[in-house]
Amino acid sequence: MARQPVIDRASNSSWIAGPSRSQDASDAVVVRAEGVGRTFGRRVVLDGLDLEIREGEFLALLGRSGSGKSTLLRAFAGLDDGIEGRAVVPARRAVVFQDARLLPWARVLDNVVLGLRGADAHRRGRAALDEVELLAHERDWPKTLSGGEAQRVALARALAREPALLLLDEPFGALDALTRIRMHALLAGLCARHRPAVLLVTHDVDEAILLADRVAVLTDGRISLDATVEIDEPRRRADRRFAALRSRLLAELGVDEDIEAHRTPITTHQPLH
Amino acid sequence: MSVHVVEANRPELVSIGRADGGSRRARRSRLPSGVERMLGVVLLVGAWQLASNVGLIDVQTLAGPATVVRSGWHLIQDGTLQSAVWVSLQRVLEGVAIGVPIATALALIAGLSRFGEDVVDAPLQMLRFLPIIGLQPLIVLWFGIGNTAKVSLIVFGVIFPVYINTFAAIRAIEPRHFELAHSVGLGRFATIRRIVLPGALPGFLVGLRMAAAVAWLILVFAEQINATNGIGYLMIHAQEFFQTEIIVVGLAVYAVLGLLSDALVRVLERRTLQWRASR
Repeated sequence: MARQPVIDRASNSSWIAGPSRSQDASDAVVVRAEGVGRTFGRRVVLDGLDLEIREGEFLALLGRSGSGKSTLLRAFAGLDDGIEGRAVVPARRAVVFQDARLLPWARVLDNVVLGLRGADAHRRGRAALDEVELLAHERDWPKTLSGGEAQRVALARALAREPALLLLDEPFGALDALTRIRMHALLAGLCARHRPAVLLVTHDVDEAILLADRVAVLTDGRISLDATVEIDEPRRRADRRFAALRSRLLAELGVDEDIEAHRTPITTHQPLH
Repeated sequence: MSVHVVEANRPELVSIGRADGGSRRARRSRLPSGVERMLGVVLLVGAWQLASNVGLIDVQTLAGPATVVRSGWHLIQDGTLQSAVWVSLQRVLEGVAIGVPIATALALIAGLSRFGEDVVDAPLQMLRFLPIIGLQPLIVLWFGIGNTAKVSLIVFGVIFPVYINTFAAIRAIEPRHFELAHSVGLGRFATIRRIVLPGALPGFLVGLRMAAAVAWLILVFAEQINATNGIGYLMIHAQEFFQTEIIVVGLAVYAVLGLLSDALVRVLERRTLQWRASR
């Protein structure tokens, strides 16, 4: 696979072009970030962060809200001009945002092929729509789609680009629980078939363990935990290792998973509201 | 949907929906709504005709409806009305055809860059408070009293509503759509074509509707000064001979033309903004 690192012209740019100059001879690394920093005003969000993602690897990035996980994803997507440090990312990369972000004035297929070049753009767009089982809706307006359908179109738009790196920014965060379960299965299938490197930013620990090869936690601007998920497929929440990893990740995120600890005794007969 | 309190002693409970199950419209038998709406017009015209017949309204003050219709028919038969309408329509079309592209180009320049906004928007925002009709003396000095003067006055009138609405619509395009354009690698022109133009279209069409109304208004004014043809000329000429029926015919024609141009823009809206209609 031709890996095409790109220059991201950041203000304090030392984002490098060309093959990585690192000692690591492994060509399988498609994302290499070294000392990535980002400050908003006086608030330091990313602080000398190092991260690698290998070809075909599915990395889930967890973090508390405001921890900078979306900031990192946007940096990799080339959507942030204020990034410091250095990073190499593939030129062929695609983003799925939390909102489906479809153009309301373009039909579904036109949304999928937005920015695609070449004579076979429509064929590729249709193939991608077929994979998310929405080919029948290619002539529809986005407004007529449900939330889950819109997000599947957004997935198709990303897939049609045949990305070497797929950036998913809490893509299922706005969906209802049932739709989310179906989307997990769909995404797992798509990734198994196309094998892009994936960076999934999420706050859902279960989602991370279910889908990812590797789970990382972002704390205080750096990766504070980086664990390979060693649970056999299909992964089940009942699995002992699932529960163990889950507890470890929640502890790293500073969350007390025990609901009972937060429950205050109700002494009166009044409803809570 | 009607909402009413059912239990006076439990004011926090309300009933939603209709207990009788019937729609509100069905409760009272009504004439078809089109007939009902025409009723007022028919009554008004009838009263006008009656007042003319009994001599309550003098012909030299305002001719009765029958006289107006007869006079309109004569003007059509000898071709006077058609040629006058055609001359007036041409003036409006020329003014719109020149003014709208200029306004759209200015809105794009102002809408797409800070520099453009500073250079274009600030002066236009100041100029829009000029009463366009007040430009007439200057226009006469620049372009004389011919057709060019009338068309250019319409051009000035059309530019402002189209510019202001299109510029506002461009600025209202959500930043996340520009971000999307960036993330899928759209270039500057592709971004304008795929995001800016379709995103600004609803605002542009609002501006176009306002422009159509303004264009007719300015035409009426311009044609009543120094015109040698057109509907306005017809009316001014009639004024000299106290032919109030022809003046009323002219007014009616203006109204119909204004109505038609508004309907045309509405059709354009329906055709181009299909995506806004939800299921």
